[in-house]
Amino acid sequence: MSWTTLLGFGHQGWGDELLRGACLSLGISISAYLVGLALGLVGAVAKISRNRVAVSAAVAYTTIIRSVPDILIIFLVYYSATDALRWAVSLAGLTSEFQLNGFVAATLSLGIVQGGYSTEVLRGAIVAIPRGQVEAAYALGLTRRQTFFLVTVPQMVPLALPGLGNLWLVVLKESSLVSLIGFTELVLAGKMAAGATRDYFMFYCAIAFIFLVMSGISAMLFHALETATVRGGRKS
Amino acid sequence: MTEFGVYLANQLVAGVQVTIILFVGCAVVGNLLAIPIALARLSNRRWLRYPAVAFILAFRGTPLLVQLYLCYFGVGQILAGVPSIRYSPLWPILRGADFYAFFTLSLNTAAYCGEIWRGAIQAIPEGQREAGQSLGLSKTRIMISVLLPQAFRLALPAIGGQNILLLKGTALASTITVFELMGAANLVRAQTFRVYEPLFAAALGYFLLAALITVGFEFFERRLARRY
Repeated sequence: MSWTTLLGFGHQGWGDELLRGACLSLGISISAYLVGLALGLVGAVAKISRNRVAVSAAVAYTTIIRSVPDILIIFLVYYSATDALRWAVSLAGLTSEFQLNGFVAATLSLGIVQGGYSTEVLRGAIVAIPRGQVEAAYALGLTRRQTFFLVTVPQMVPLALPGLGNLWLVVLKESSLVSLIGFTELVLAGKMAAGATRDYFMFYCAIAFIFLVMSGISAMLFHALETATVRGGRKS
Repeated sequence: MTEFGVYLANQLVAGVQVTIILFVGCAVVGNLLAIPIALARLSNRRWLRYPAVAFILAFRGTPLLVQLYLCYFGVGQILAGVPSIRYSPLWPILRGADFYAFFTLSLNTAAYCGEIWRGAIQAIPEGQREAGQSLGLSKTRIMISVLLPQAFRLALPAIGGQNILLLKGTALASTITVFELMGAANLVRAQTFRVYEPLFAAALGYFLLAALITVGFEFFERRLARRY
């Protein structure tokens, strides 16, 4: 069969499966990215706080995430989350036959890995904001929370954007790892297609190409976003 | 120690050995390849620059997992179809997963480190090159004696980080049946249905290896800083 048929959309082609996989890859990446940002924000605030417990917890988190392979973290989170939920469900007296939803499991494991990386990026951005800004906010009578969300966060976005763009590219590529815990995103869809047709080279090239296109478009979007925020900053 | 403990320890020790060999081999080849790639990427000659740009784009824009699959299953399948390779003495090497893991991880590191070197070379003030020219040094001499040593110092922290990523990348070699540390942990997990012991032990192993690499690079950085 020619490659146009194999990548086509009919029931002989695998184009629709790959497209669905690519959409799921994007979905997983976006949700893991958001989970990672939330965790990263908490981690960054913890790291620069004066609370010693919070600091050591955040340091332990980022150190582990940055020195242990992501796939190992993903496996560990996947199994422990499944076990914990199964335990909670059986405690509630419900069925013990329990399977964690694949999308949730994948998002959670990838998001926890991503959180370790975003902690550093966001911490750097917070630290780069002049101390006077926070002092001025306090002088105006803003509470700590108001200061953080109204003064610090808006100013750190342009500072963090290059790092955040890199993180997005990282999570987009790392989303391929959730194929190893059985989630049918682009890589696993392509692996099945390759196994079924025995046309390994062509399908893996196609997957690589789709990833290349997705990361290329992302890079352009972030570049546009960066120039836009810089210009906005200059105007005001 | 229990029977399980002995079995786990044996498997993991074997796995760590493979991980270390894979890491050191790929680090040496990948880091050495990075310099010519960075120079080609910065070259004025299009026939040098375009292939380097494409190489870096391909390896940085796609997941390592896909690269491993593409090399092992994809290229491996094509090579198996070529009789002159199939029946050559090289075939026992080209048939196994080890070669593809080594090949892919080295090129991947070379692409990422190549970009680090490019940035470092570009960060050196233009005056350095001009000073070299006014001393009558050739272009190659300027590159080797003036620009590259300074770029090395600038690039070293980032290269250290990239080598940690390489260590973490070796864990993916288990997906193409290389029994390094991660593969050993997965094997024990599949054979004994014990999930946490092998995974935590492997995590500890990677943690210690990463710490070792970090300390090594920091030592290297201090040595370099002292010399200037």
